[in-house]
Amino acid sequence: MKKKALAVLLTASVIAGTMGGTATIVHADEEGKVINIYSWNDEFRQRLEAVYPEVKETSKDGTVTTLKDGTEIHWIINPNQDGVYQQKLDEALMNQADASADDKVDIFLSETDYVYKYTDAAADVAMPLKDLGIDPDKDLADQYDFTKTTASDADGVQRGSTWQCCPGLLVYRRDIAKDVFGTDDPEEVGKKMKDWDTAKATAEELKAKGYYTFASYADTFRLYGNSISQPWVEDGATTVNVDQQVMNWIKDSKEWLDAGYLNKTVKGQWNDDWNKAMGSESKVFAFLFPAWGIDFTLKPNWDGEDGAWAVTNPPQEYNWGGSYIHAATGTDNPEHAKDIILALTGNKDNLLKISKDYSDFTNTKSGMQEVAKDDTFASDFLGGQNPFTYFSPVAENIKIAPLSAYDQGCVELIQNAFSDYFQGQVDYDKAKSNFETAIKERYPEIQEVNWAE
Amino acid sequence: MKSNTSGRVRSIFVHLVLIFLSFLCLFFFYILIVNATRSHADLQKGFSALPGKYFLENLKNVANDGSFPMFRGILNSVVVSSCSAALCTYFSSLTAYGLYAYDFKMKKAAFTFIMAILVMPTQVTAMGFLRLITKMGMYDSLLPLIIPSIASPAVFYFMYSYLQSSLPLSLVEAARIDGSGEFRTFNSIVLPIMKPAVAVQAIFTFVGSWNNYFVPALIIQSKSKMTVPILIATLRGADYMNFDMGKIYMMITVAIVPIIIVYLLLSKYIIAGVTLGGVKE
Amino acid sequence: MKKKKSISYAKWGYIFILPFFITFLIFSLIPLVDTVRYSFYEYYRSGIKEIGPNFIGIANYLSLLKSDMVKYSVNTLILWVIGFVPQIVIALVLACWFTDARLKIHGQQFFKVVIYLPNLIMASAFALLFFTMFSTNGPINSILMSLGWVKKPIDFLGSVIGTRSLVGFMNFLMWFGNTTIMLMAAVMGISMDIFEASELDGCNSIKRFFYITLPLIRPILAYTLITSIIGGLQMFDVPQILTNGQGNPDRTSMTLIMFLNSHLKSKNYGMAGALSVYLFIVSGILCMIVYKMTNDTDPDGSKKAAKKKAKEERRRR
Repeated sequence: MKKKALAVLLTASVIAGTMGGTATIVHADEEGKVINIYSWNDEFRQRLEAVYPEVKETSKDGTVTTLKDGTEIHWIINPNQDGVYQQKLDEALMNQADASADDKVDIFLSETDYVYKYTDAAADVAMPLKDLGIDPDKDLADQYDFTKTTASDADGVQRGSTWQCCPGLLVYRRDIAKDVFGTDDPEEVGKKMKDWDTAKATAEELKAKGYYTFASYADTFRLYGNSISQPWVEDGATTVNVDQQVMNWIKDSKEWLDAGYLNKTVKGQWNDDWNKAMGSESKVFAFLFPAWGIDFTLKPNWDGEDGAWAVTNPPQEYNWGGSYIHAATGTDNPEHAKDIILALTGNKDNLLKISKDYSDFTNTKSGMQEVAKDDTFASDFLGGQNPFTYFSPVAENIKIAPLSAYDQGCVELIQNAFSDYFQGQVDYDKAKSNFETAIKERYPEIQEVNWAE
Repeated sequence: MKSNTSGRVRSIFVHLVLIFLSFLCLFFFYILIVNATRSHADLQKGFSALPGKYFLENLKNVANDGSFPMFRGILNSVVVSSCSAALCTYFSSLTAYGLYAYDFKMKKAAFTFIMAILVMPTQVTAMGFLRLITKMGMYDSLLPLIIPSIASPAVFYFMYSYLQSSLPLSLVEAARIDGSGEFRTFNSIVLPIMKPAVAVQAIFTFVGSWNNYFVPALIIQSKSKMTVPILIATLRGADYMNFDMGKIYMMITVAIVPIIIVYLLLSKYIIAGVTLGGVKE
Repeated sequence: MKKKKSISYAKWGYIFILPFFITFLIFSLIPLVDTVRYSFYEYYRSGIKEIGPNFIGIANYLSLLKSDMVKYSVNTLILWVIGFVPQIVIALVLACWFTDARLKIHGQQFFKVVIYLPNLIMASAFALLFFTMFSTNGPINSILMSLGWVKKPIDFLGSVIGTRSLVGFMNFLMWFGNTTIMLMAAVMGISMDIFEASELDGCNSIKRFFYITLPLIRPILAYTLITSIIGGLQMFDVPQILTNGQGNPDRTSMTLIMFLNSHLKSKNYGMAGALSVYLFIVSGILCMIVYKMTNDTDPDGSKKAAKKKAKEERRRR
């Protein structure tokens, strides 16, 4: 049954592929009445409502948005964690060929961690932008290049596009900085965090005054994990490569934790302890966050006055997250999909509005350079600091790590397996073998794991 | 005199133990409810034994969240649980009566078979079940959560034993002489006699079905059909945008309140009913 | 005469049991056969591509034997023992107290209602609550610290003992009321005459418990044990949610069903099928034991309790 569905899907895509650009024109005048959008939260809906001119209204419970031409957008929201979102999305995509027009997935979102799974040319579930009638070189010229690479398949065909670009910064508590360094000036603090060696010396200073530098070892993972030199899994291979950078993260995290630079009671991210570490009672000096993290994670968890935090450069440039918009192969609304992708990711005015309203660092090179100098983008939460001044240079220096379809599982499981090691529950070799067991369980096709060193 | 004091000491001890155990049982409910009345920021500051002022606010958030349709979920759960309870008790009684009141060739074999499958774990057949349901076109519907409850070996066994102890076959004979059809005899004579057993099993099946997570998690896909346990589980996985602990506690509270009310209303039956079997005979 | 009558009604027997068997056949037997069949295949999903099914014989079974399956069985056993021992002890004591006419317990009805309450909450919600309460910066730790009992917060979920005890404690709390009521029913089944006679002979309550009550409810105790083992075999929700499906730390709280679930999650039908077959064999053996016990023991008291316990068992799924 599923096999058959897949076969149909593949055939359909082959046909669509050979017909190329003309396919969309054929369908153009018979757009469906329902646009199904799969996502894991309200983020995309809010941005769409804010900048897409065709929006008329959204129902009170947030599940249906009506457009001016009467088309309804149905929001299908499933949580990201535990793989629920992908499970449900996969199920829907596999049934795409058999689904009736109004039940087909039209647009879906993916995150950097697993975008590659969906842009894979062989799977062909995300339409090439060219087939929609978008020319990435022309229409999306102002986007940061690494975001375009991220959303492309192995042959370089772009199959998705993003409005946000997620350079990460170091967000620190001004009061702690003043207490320890005698200043809360971002320039000065930045110097104290300019690379890992300097950061370690700084951590010692913080510790002497009873503060933790970061909350959890998971906080620093992105910095290392983003600069791996080879993908976790090469295309078509059955071997997981644990990169030297990841090994460094393991080594450093253990060292930092044992030295007391990290809060031992915070295990990983997205849990209650981690949230509490962002509260005013906490002794944690800094977090490593991109723009969305400051807005959606730090802000709601901070229970003190505005202006207590500031941003500066991180010890290592990194990128964290980013939601990609894809048009699903087989959509009956290609025109709307094209329209929405262009409005949300290729329109400088819209992107600047998103930056203004939601503090996103948006995907427009020229726009972000202007914003970096524009004082109206200063943030009250950051005590009047304009974070874009710091984001911009990081964004321009991001070299995206080579991606694979296995990234999410690898990143999640390696953190999990080694968290036992960091806490002294198991020895180093046991943690390694635990990772090997877990990764083979998650991906049955994986045969072996190569450890750097 | 001496035995009187030692009896009193013992009585005090017994009461203390019971109070302690009750405290354990109620403590978690109390914390849950207190937390449901506090805002996320309040909760951040640490635990407090006193309720906060965010009860209505949290309730409003829960009620208006389209991505976690809790009230819809409760409705689904009520439908699934009541239908399961009804089907399960009726057909189990029917099967038990069939095996109890009639003599036929396969009788012994059928009984042995049901006893043999009594302890088969649901999980063992989960994958096959999922595939079957998909093929039958019942994926993402509430039916596969309800219909299989017709075949509940354990409930059958309860009903069978109950019949053994409380239905004299002469009563059935008498009904036949009066010209009552077999189905009518079952529905109008046997069922009323089995009322206490049916009541107890109905409550247990209802609660069991209400709390079932494994099967619905496999079968249910769309938000509008989710039952309460799935919503609770997905809630745990909710990401940063939805991160509001006050709301999470409120959602759990909302989800367990109905079942607690049902239980408190029927607790007399449950305890009396369970005890019933032992006192009989 | 009578025999003739029964024969003429025989078809009604078949008709009445038909719905049960049809339902069982469709919803349990077909899936079971299907599961067994795929256990001999390589069949999983990679990304959004489906691999297989390719027939590979008993390779799945062999690789499971080489995996940590045995370790997870031991975990399951340990978690079960931690919860079951206090559960049965407390339940026995309470059952005796509640049925002791001389011991006038005030608010007996209240206690009976309350001890059963935790059983009503779905395991997932209960586990979620525990998870937050026992987190390092959670309320339990704040209470302990403000009472001055501990200086540093206890990392409950970070240690093997902590996690296992929590799982055991939760299982205890959820089921002791249930077991109490079961055993109470059994004790009440014992004839009052025996108790009265023992009293005349000068038995004190402790002696009475060990020499009269315990032997007489032994069949039910045995049944409670067996059914609880099967419940333990199926342990899933509590450790799954408490450890986020990872069985932390070091997979020491990973149960068999959690292991099965992780295969189901990666859509590895072949491997999950093989694991299911193993589970089926184990529960089959246990099932034989149960069957033997319920058949051997005295036909009245034990069966009564057995059936009640059995339906409790159902609820545990």
